[in-house]
Amino acid sequence: MLKVSDPVYEAIRQHGEETYPHECCGVMLGRVEAAVNEVVEVVRAGNTRTDSAHNRYHIAPQELIRIQRQGREKGLDIVGFYHSHPDHPAQWSPTDFAEAHWLGCSYVITAIEKGAARQTNSFRLTGLSEEAKKFEPEPIEVTGQNIPGLGPEIEAAPVGS
Amino acid sequence: MKIFIPTPLRVYTEKQDAVEVSGRTIEEALSALTSKYPDFQKHLYTGDGKLRSFVNVYLNDEDVRYLPQGEQTPVQEQDTLSIIPSIAGGADRTGEPCHPGERACCCRG
Repeated sequence: MLKVSDPVYEAIRQHGEETYPHECCGVMLGRVEAAVNEVVEVVRAGNTRTDSAHNRYHIAPQELIRIQRQGREKGLDIVGFYHSHPDHPAQWSPTDFAEAHWLGCSYVITAIEKGAARQTNSFRLTGLSEEAKKFEPEPIEVTGQNIPGLGPEIEAAPVGS
Repeated sequence: MKIFIPTPLRVYTEKQDAVEVSGRTIEEALSALTSKYPDFQKHLYTGDGKLRSFVNVYLNDEDVRYLPQGEQTPVQEQDTLSIIPSIAGGADRTGEPCHPGERACCCRG
C-alpha cells in the first residue's frame, strides 16, 4: 500500500497539470514500513527528455543523488517516483516497466486529460532481482482529507436545503 | 570511504544506507563492498563483470563512466560513492515507436 497525505497527493497531481502536455516527474521521500510505503514529501524533478517530453521522462542521476542526500538529512528514504501520462491512461507502459529498477519502490502515474488530472494509480515494483521484477497495482491511502487546514474542506450544506 | 546504498539494495547490506569500505581506487572500493556483501554482485554487475547499464555509480558528483580513468580512478578517504539505479519511463503513445528500429508502436493503443 502507498500512504500519502492529501496535500502531497494533490501536489503530485498538480505537477502533472502544470507540465501538460509534457510528462512531469518527481521523487517520493518517506519511510518503508512492512508492506506500506509512506510518502512524507515529494520533490519535483526536471524531465531531461526534452526531445520527447510528451511521452517520455528521465530524471538525471545527479538530481537523484541530490534528492537522496536531501532525504537522508531529514531521515527520509526514496520510497518511489511519480510521473504523468498526458492524454493517456494511468497504467504502466512497456517503457515504464523496462526502465523501472527500484525494486520495492512505488511508481505513481497520473493520467492528465486535456490538462486536468484524472486517475492516479500506484504500482509496486516487486521481485528480488531485475530478471524477476514485476509491477503490481497497490492501493493508495490518502490521509488527512477534509481535516481543516490539512486537506480540502467540504462546504457545509445550507440548513434547510 | 563511504558508499551510499539506494533503498532497493539495502536488503543486501543489513538495511544500512551507507557502508564504510577501504580501497585505493573505485574498483577496489566496489570490490570491498561485494566481498563484504556477496549478494550485491549480481545486482551491480552483468555476468561478464561489467556494471549493469541501468546502474549509475557516482564518485562524489561525477559519473564514474565519464571519469578519464573510470573505475581505476584513485579515491581518498573523504570521497563518497553513490550507487543510483536509473529512473525513466513514459506513456508510449499510440503509433510512435517505443524502441529504436521499430516501424510502429509495439505497445498498447
